[in-house]
Amino acid sequence: MTDILMPALSPTMEEGTLSKWLVKVGDTVAAGDVIAEIETDKATMEVEAVDEGKIEALLIEAGTEGVKVNSVIARLEGGTSSAAPAPAAAPAEAKAEAPAAAPVAAKPQNDPEIPEGTPTVRITVRDALRDAMAEEMRRDDKVFLMGEEVAQYQGAYKVSRGLLEEFGERRVIDTPITEMGFAGIGAGAAMTGLKPIIEFMTFNFAMQAIDHILNSSAKTLYMSGGQIKSSIVYRGPNGAAARVGAQHSQDYSAWYAQIPGLKVIAPYDAADAKGLLKAAIRDPNPVVFLEHEMMYGLEFDIPDVEDFVLPIGKAKIQRTGADVTIVAHSRMVGFALKAAEQLAAEGIDAEVVNLRTLRPLDTDTVIASVKKTNRLVTVEEGWGPMGVGAEIAARVTAEAFDDLDAPPARVHQEDVPMPYAANLEALTVPSVEKIIAAVKQVTYK
Amino acid sequence: MARAAQKDSKTDSGKKLSNVSRDDLLKYYRQMVLIRRFEERAGQLYGMGLIGGFCHLYIGQEAVAVGMEAASKDGDQVITGYRDHGHMLAAGMDPNAVMAELTGRSGGSSKGKGGSMHMFDIETGFFGGHGIVGAQVSLGTGLAFADFYKQNGNVSFTYFGDGAANQGQVYESFNMAQLWKLPVVYVIENNEYAMGTALARASATVNLSQRGSSFGIPGETVDGMDVFAVKEAAERAAEHARSGKGPYILEMKTYRYRGHSMSDPAKYRSKEEVDEVKTTRDPIDHVKTMLQQAGVSEDDIKTIDNEIKAIVLEAVEFAQTSPEPDPSELYTDVYLEA
Ligand SMILES: Cc1ncc(C[n+]2csc(CCOP(=O)(O)OP(=O)(O)O)c2C)c(N)n1
Ligand SMILES: [Mg+2]
Repeated sequence: MTDILMPALSPTMEEGTLSKWLVKVGDTVAAGDVIAEIETDKATMEVEAVDEGKIEALLIEAGTEGVKVNSVIARLEGGTSSAAPAPAAAPAEAKAEAPAAAPVAAKPQNDPEIPEGTPTVRITVRDALRDAMAEEMRRDDKVFLMGEEVAQYQGAYKVSRGLLEEFGERRVIDTPITEMGFAGIGAGAAMTGLKPIIEFMTFNFAMQAIDHILNSSAKTLYMSGGQIKSSIVYRGPNGAAARVGAQHSQDYSAWYAQIPGLKVIAPYDAADAKGLLKAAIRDPNPVVFLEHEMMYGLEFDIPDVEDFVLPIGKAKIQRTGADVTIVAHSRMVGFALKAAEQLAAEGIDAEVVNLRTLRPLDTDTVIASVKKTNRLVTVEEGWGPMGVGAEIAARVTAEAFDDLDAPPARVHQEDVPMPYAANLEALTVPSVEKIIAAVKQVTYK
Repeated sequence: MARAAQKDSKTDSGKKLSNVSRDDLLKYYRQMVLIRRFEERAGQLYGMGLIGGFCHLYIGQEAVAVGMEAASKDGDQVITGYRDHGHMLAAGMDPNAVMAELTGRSGGSSKGKGGSMHMFDIETGFFGGHGIVGAQVSLGTGLAFADFYKQNGNVSFTYFGDGAANQGQVYESFNMAQLWKLPVVYVIENNEYAMGTALARASATVNLSQRGSSFGIPGETVDGMDVFAVKEAAERAAEHARSGKGPYILEMKTYRYRGHSMSDPAKYRSKEEVDEVKTTRDPIDHVKTMLQQAGVSEDDIKTIDNEIKAIVLEAVEFAQTSPEPDPSELYTDVYLEA
């Protein structure tokens, strides 16, 4: 007898809908036969038998929602008993793949950009990005979206859902897999005043195109003595997803943030995503917009206002606190908030600064916070050497040396390429525990 | 201007049978079934959370790796992208080591550090396992450069997809390979889709065998669902490269049965289209029919199937019982001692 288990469609899937059975009890199936269809919010997929045998029982009714991954959905008679190990055999590391830090309610936020009492709506980061692009495309015919799988497939991560339908093929353009080519085409089109949004399926693949981002976009205004502008947005997911290995898990924050002529944005939540992407599209300069795949599906409240635009170059105090300043960007803001929550229980009151923009860096907000707390911890997903944390620590020590009660501490990825093995991956990436340890180090607790 | 030769190999099992030994038939059948059953199990382990991240299955394309391998010699190199499990098994890598790499265990071919997309085996001349679309084409040309430099008579089999065929570095490599007459066989696995993009939606011309024509590189379109057609074309191509005439392009017409990776619902093609290929062009059914025509009994075929099943189950078992890498492995293999 063989158990057939509810499969996962993606590393982050926890449950799904069993929409349809394609076999009935008593049917004989061979390995590879499609036996059922399952569904998540993102995708529908077929489940195939992995062994031959007769269907002995269908344990979940068609149409059942919320079926947990790895629960037994059917039984095969015959088959090899060792074919499908019981769900209990799944190792603990599978859990490590789930986002380690879900957003938590923070203490009153200090966001000067949003007036007190503004109503909010709940939305995923994914949809906030889509809405930002849609609103700007409605406003300005010069804005178009170009990249791999952005149109018909609606984005590899479904960020551009609905855009082809609304704006048509002229403005939502699928490209071949040719990053250097289409980035250059974007950069060239921008020279004439068009406003391209160039999507990279992930920033790992933008390495093929980085020459155009730096040499053709960042420097053109300067080289032309101010004649040629490049109002272009290069966007896509940056940083590590789950278990995708060394070539698909890299944080380029520090790389781009080093380049004069570029603006570099790394949003954390849905409000950041929407308000800053709109600002990036309007900005007359080339902008690198670093999203995070692990954040796309998370929901946040955003201000429900007509035209929500946030200023580039301004950090946000995501949580106020008195004892230590934790500076983070992108997904790490969530980790920092979670650490702050746990530290609060131990009597340490942490302030969390969400950088939002990496270039220009809002040094003023960071310094002001450190002058209050006298202690600094930086958190980034990328490697430490020559990193964002190194830059912040340098600026803080230069401008607020006398306010520091401890040397700044940096939390970052270990100094190795991203390993695939679940246990090694968990060891190398920043974690809430590592942030807490760094805070204790600077507070001498 | 040099004109590139264009030939079409077509399946004609009846005619070919005479040149094929029963042993060859059995060998190819065995290798192809191994790949298919291995991949089905990998899909299952993924569904159970034992394999993470991306996992690109080779199901449907088995005849390409197996047929090409039949024309390779000891010392030849193989390099491909992330859809690599089939090539590794065809190259003779240990299924246990491949499956354990998929589960990220210490018994994996990269000690669990590489994962599905990044496996290597210096013994069998398998140089990966690359995640950046198109990168393996320059790298494979570099392997051929090394063969040329050492004058060792080896050939580099460099595999890439129909989508990868649009990357710029492919053409930079083509030019240098022909300029320097490097011993490389470019194998374009045209499975009709690059993720959700059908070939014609991304390529101005769809005859990929002619992608080297402006450099004078000869190319053929081959029925990649027919292991014998693949093998014959591979022999011609390898002979061309090995004899110092330079690169050769083989466009393999094939098809992937599953989604691009595990989370792809594959809505860009119809179920009928997939079923049609499965029922009329399946590469394993093709060999099975030939085996039957050659008088091999159902029982003999079943015996092979059972042997393969045992090999794959052992790999599954190994991949779950092999321990996770030791935490100290995190910092090894970053540098060599100078
Ligand atoms: C440079 C780069 N761009 C994009 C990707 C994302 N990606 C991975 S596979 C793939 C499709 C490749 O299709 P094809 O070359 O036809 O190979 P197949 O998957 O069909 O084997 C894409 C776009 C990548 N890995 N590398
Ligand atoms: Mg393809």
